[in-house]
Amino acid sequence: MRIPLAYNIRNLAARKVSTLLTALGIGLVSWVFIFTLALAGGFQSALKDTGSRENAIVVRNGSTAELTSIIDRESAAAIESQPEIARATDGQPLATHELVVLWNLARKNGTSTNVVVRGVTAKSFALRPKVRLVQGRMFQPGLEEIVVGKLANERIAHCSIGDKIKLAGHQWVIVGVFDAGGTSFDSEIWGDVELFMPVFDRPVYQSVTFRLDEPSHFAAIQKRLEADPRMSVKAVHEDEFYAAQSATLAALLRGLGLFVTLIMALGAIFGALNTMYAAVGSRTKEIGTLLALGFSRGAVLVSFLIESVLLALFGGLLGCLLALPVNGMTTSTTNFASFSEIAFRFQVTPQMLLFGMIFAAVMGAVGGFFPSRNAAKRVIVEALRQV
Amino acid sequence: MKYLRLVVANLMRSKRRTFLTVFSIAVALFLFCTLRTVITSFEASLRASEATRLVVRHGASLVFPLPLSYKERLAQVPGVTGITYGNWFGGVYQDPKNQFAQFAMDVPTMFDLFPETVVSADQRRAFEAERNSCLIGRGLAKKFGWKIGDTVPIIGTIYPGDWRFTVRGIYEGKTKDVDENTLFFHWDYLNESLPEGRKNYVGIYWLRIASPSMAAAVSDRVDAMFQNSSQPTKTETEKAFQAGFISMIGNVQLLLTIIGSAIVFAIMLVTVNTMMMAARERTTEIAVLKTLGFSNGLILRLVGGEALLVSLLGGILGCGLAALIFHEVDFTGGGFFPNFRVLPETILAGLLLAMAMGILSGLAPALTASRLKIANALRKVA
Repeated sequence: MRIPLAYNIRNLAARKVSTLLTALGIGLVSWVFIFTLALAGGFQSALKDTGSRENAIVVRNGSTAELTSIIDRESAAAIESQPEIARATDGQPLATHELVVLWNLARKNGTSTNVVVRGVTAKSFALRPKVRLVQGRMFQPGLEEIVVGKLANERIAHCSIGDKIKLAGHQWVIVGVFDAGGTSFDSEIWGDVELFMPVFDRPVYQSVTFRLDEPSHFAAIQKRLEADPRMSVKAVHEDEFYAAQSATLAALLRGLGLFVTLIMALGAIFGALNTMYAAVGSRTKEIGTLLALGFSRGAVLVSFLIESVLLALFGGLLGCLLALPVNGMTTSTTNFASFSEIAFRFQVTPQMLLFGMIFAAVMGAVGGFFPSRNAAKRVIVEALRQV
Repeated sequence: MKYLRLVVANLMRSKRRTFLTVFSIAVALFLFCTLRTVITSFEASLRASEATRLVVRHGASLVFPLPLSYKERLAQVPGVTGITYGNWFGGVYQDPKNQFAQFAMDVPTMFDLFPETVVSADQRRAFEAERNSCLIGRGLAKKFGWKIGDTVPIIGTIYPGDWRFTVRGIYEGKTKDVDENTLFFHWDYLNESLPEGRKNYVGIYWLRIASPSMAAAVSDRVDAMFQNSSQPTKTETEKAFQAGFISMIGNVQLLLTIIGSAIVFAIMLVTVNTMMMAARERTTEIAVLKTLGFSNGLILRLVGGEALLVSLLGGILGCGLAALIFHEVDFTGGGFFPNFRVLPETILAGLLLAMAMGILSGLAPALTASRLKIANALRKVA
């Protein structure tokens, strides 16, 4: 017969301070676990979601980032005239050629950072449906006007509508703010590519991006472009291109997170062991009584194990509650593939919370097992004799 | 001190509990040292930078180079006693995951400006004499097993092509903070391979100045000199330049500090709990000690001392393990932390933290024990 669950809950409630301290200890471990997952997840999704599977990007062969790539005008025209490229509503190929430079700008907090300044065409917006204008208006081609991403707007000095910033000796008016749905474009500044080229003294583009009419046509177009003797380029699925940039750092963040949490879990398990051993120790007489009443040794073991897991789950719940406000917090780091700042938001997903709870339960089960076994092995007479 | 035996005896009574507590504190301090070392290894370049070295680069961003013709004009600025230059190469060895820095340097002047790059006279001569040779750091040699005479193939990203360099020298840093994971090769070799339009451009100039106090004046003078040209410069001390790079990593330091604090706090809660349980179990005993004439103050110190001793033991274990492990394994975190080693300051901070944890976690039970009323405590059947 099972020992009622209420027995465990009342026991935990009877030792409030001890229960709370242990639960909070376990909860903080879960919190760190969720925190590091949210950090790595936010960073990776900022880069991964930047690219779309339907798009392909062409850069110079050997380049891992647009910054080190060069595509001259003739090559760009040749790439954009490929037959597999989808058509926009105006009948033109759904393709864009872009210029990318890094510019050193001041953050609002006074430090400086490298911001990606991207020269774009009208098709750049059509190719990236996630990019929507949320404030102001679009820049007019040919005028010294720019639009800025949401996170650039939040973090970089003089990036609000109506402000002017100096790039390459010219004053540019900020006329709009766009939301790129959490992708790395959110940290960028966009303007007219044909105006940027003379101003930044760049005679070449950095990349060509296009939409495929059929996803299955990618292999054909890739083969043809890479074999083209007029240019030395490589074509990559856009999502893979950006995911590759985040791979090393995201793996490092995950590795660090895992390393920290696993070692820390060890510390928390030691704590749980201590608490449960003390609980078993102070309830020797109770255990004797339970056994004398006819509860089996298995039932006692299960009961104490349940108590430990309950304690840990309570802690896990605290950890999850503490982790919720982390969701959406903005932070930034450098995309080391392009040496530009990338701001991103922490992403706490239900899946991560679930992992946090499971993690807590495992800590409770491991920490509670040995003390529970200890409790179940008591000899009735001796346990009852103890004062 | 004469009560140390009593404290130790109390700890030995529940060996399992003492062991578990010491280990959980050791775990916390081990993690503290690790996270702290992540931060200090980012900052190694700051400690290695010289106050008499200035860095000159393009005013807008590092991506744009400066003309080679600036060299003569920079060298003539009053206060400048030496100059060298180089380009960040940014190539890939086999796999993009093998991250390490490569610089094309003006070899005849680089050793003059960077005396902390120590290489034997023979190797230096061999490196200087061969145009397509390279000089590698001891860390790289160890990581990839490169020896003198080996050919290192690098795929260029900024400068496309398959580049091959013959290892002619392996350098060591003069101090431990000097990065030993860089590959240097001849700027001339790079320059002659470039197409006409990209020739004779320099990424960074390094200037040596006569004294650190001249840094601001020389920087201003250099930047004023090129202010109205199409390639303006930005000049700053090497330390400020490196600090700019570190700030690019962003809020990682803050994040690590948050994580570290959470860890220490969590383990402290666990320790407080254990200490309280330990003291509670001995209520009767403490009452007996008091009956025997032990003063409240002494009881406070006995119970508090127990917590302090446990924490210190844990601290020594945790910090010691961290120092030992990271000394033994050459951890570089995928090239992100080329100088990963636990600094003495970090260990000291860890031990102080352990003491603080001990005092804080011992405080509540020690106060309860010292305020204990003998009659009440003895009346209670344990």
